[in-house]
Amino acid sequence: MASHGAGPQRPEGEGTSSGLYGWLDERLDLTAIRTFAAEKTVPVHKREFWYCLGGITLFLFAVQVATGILLILYYRPSAEEAYESVQFIVTQVEFGWLIRNVHGWSANLLIGSAFLHMFSVWLLTSYRRPREITWVSGAILLFLMMAFGFSGYLLPWNELALFATKVGTGIVGAVPLIGPFAMRVLRGGDEVTGATLSRFYGFHVAVLPAVTTLLLGLHVLLVQRQGMSVPIDVEQAERAGSPPKSRPFFPDFFLRDLVLWYVAIAIIAALAAFLPWELGKKADPFAPVPPGIRPEWYFVAMFHTLKLIPGHVLGIEGEVLGILGFGVLALILIAIPFLDRRASRGERNPIFTAMAWLGIAYLVVFTIVGYLAE
Amino acid sequence: MADPTEPDSHAGDRRRFLDAVLTFGFVSTAVAVAYPVARYMVPPASEEPSTVSAVAAKDAAMPPNSGVVFKFGNKPGILVRDHAGDLHAFDAVCPHLGCTVQYRPETSDIWCACHNAVFDVGGNIVSGPPPRPLERLTVNVSGEDLVVSRG
Repeated sequence: MASHGAGPQRPEGEGTSSGLYGWLDERLDLTAIRTFAAEKTVPVHKREFWYCLGGITLFLFAVQVATGILLILYYRPSAEEAYESVQFIVTQVEFGWLIRNVHGWSANLLIGSAFLHMFSVWLLTSYRRPREITWVSGAILLFLMMAFGFSGYLLPWNELALFATKVGTGIVGAVPLIGPFAMRVLRGGDEVTGATLSRFYGFHVAVLPAVTTLLLGLHVLLVQRQGMSVPIDVEQAERAGSPPKSRPFFPDFFLRDLVLWYVAIAIIAALAAFLPWELGKKADPFAPVPPGIRPEWYFVAMFHTLKLIPGHVLGIEGEVLGILGFGVLALILIAIPFLDRRASRGERNPIFTAMAWLGIAYLVVFTIVGYLAE
Repeated sequence: MADPTEPDSHAGDRRRFLDAVLTFGFVSTAVAVAYPVARYMVPPASEEPSTVSAVAAKDAAMPPNSGVVFKFGNKPGILVRDHAGDLHAFDAVCPHLGCTVQYRPETSDIWCACHNAVFDVGGNIVSGPPPRPLERLTVNVSGEDLVVSRG
């Protein structure tokens, strides 16, 4: 065999795969990825169920990307055509009703699973050293998912969406100093108009996906690099000499994950078929607000809290106080791994566990009360 | 005692069976997803009327040796009045690659700018790549209006 150049020559035959795989392997080092996948394991303990929530959230996000791209094929982002194009999708395009309803329902399940994922990670203190960056990126991803929900809600350009957006962006406008400016930027003007729709469409299909892709890539990469976190008590038991138990990621854990994804598909398909999203009436900026106006369920707790705060508290406008409060809470949520010093030393910290339960109780109670309040 | 290889061969059978069930499940899922997606991607047929008629121009606005492109259904049409004052109408879609043609008074022909195709006022090919002449439409004078229709 003639040899050209100084490059290493692999012997033919034994030890090297030939064909397409060999060609790609030589260039992409697929064997390293295969070895990684083959050796990846997931810890086994009595709270391992919660490991599946990241996977299901990622799966639902993939559903959103796929159905979102399909909706773009027919959707027209303008005040004149948006409503009609969604109407066209659900009445004229074959399976258009399915694609739209899967997108709408999967979005809601995605927000739900992202919240559950966040609280399960919190209660297992998986955010502790060295996984602080994974937590911070995850918390920001949760806010991004809510921004996706808020911007996507306006796109059908119906009555409810228009007023929900008026109220939502109006809340931003109440923030001291930067509020009015931020509201104008969000709305693309002083009022919610067709300009807002173009803008929200741009956020929904370009800005948010770009930022999300970067953060999600970082988030998932870190999980792969560092492996799954083990709860503190299990970690302590292992340090005390009890042998760590684990199962292979592939196929054992992956197939278990897959079962849950199939359950999610079944739920989404059933919801899409039996509880389709209404299109409602086309938005009319000059019509009075319809009764029972309420944001999507994942904003209801916040919305209801703002309603309950009195007009003035200690000379500060109540709404401003509420918004600033939520801002502070969001920052605390992001900073949890840096605030919980004890967990970083591998010790349990009941204060942060209590905070998680308090957060869950607040969200559940205020969401229910918000729905019953009208 | 039993042959120690026997449990292994049963395990192999079970594995093959499970693999087949899993593969069947995955393939069914792929089909169940791909079919609606494929049907969704095909745009629904828009009802296109085969016979349309449109007012192309006002009679007074068309002197001899002039042409106008007008909206004919959802496609462009072209109306030409030659030197003798006769009216001719065609689909303005070039039979070559679908560009819209135009009338050139200076050479008194119909011209496609995309690939320099030239038709005479009768729609016949003079030069250029088109495979067939322009599709002829019917012109009627209705009072002040020049009405073009197909068929």
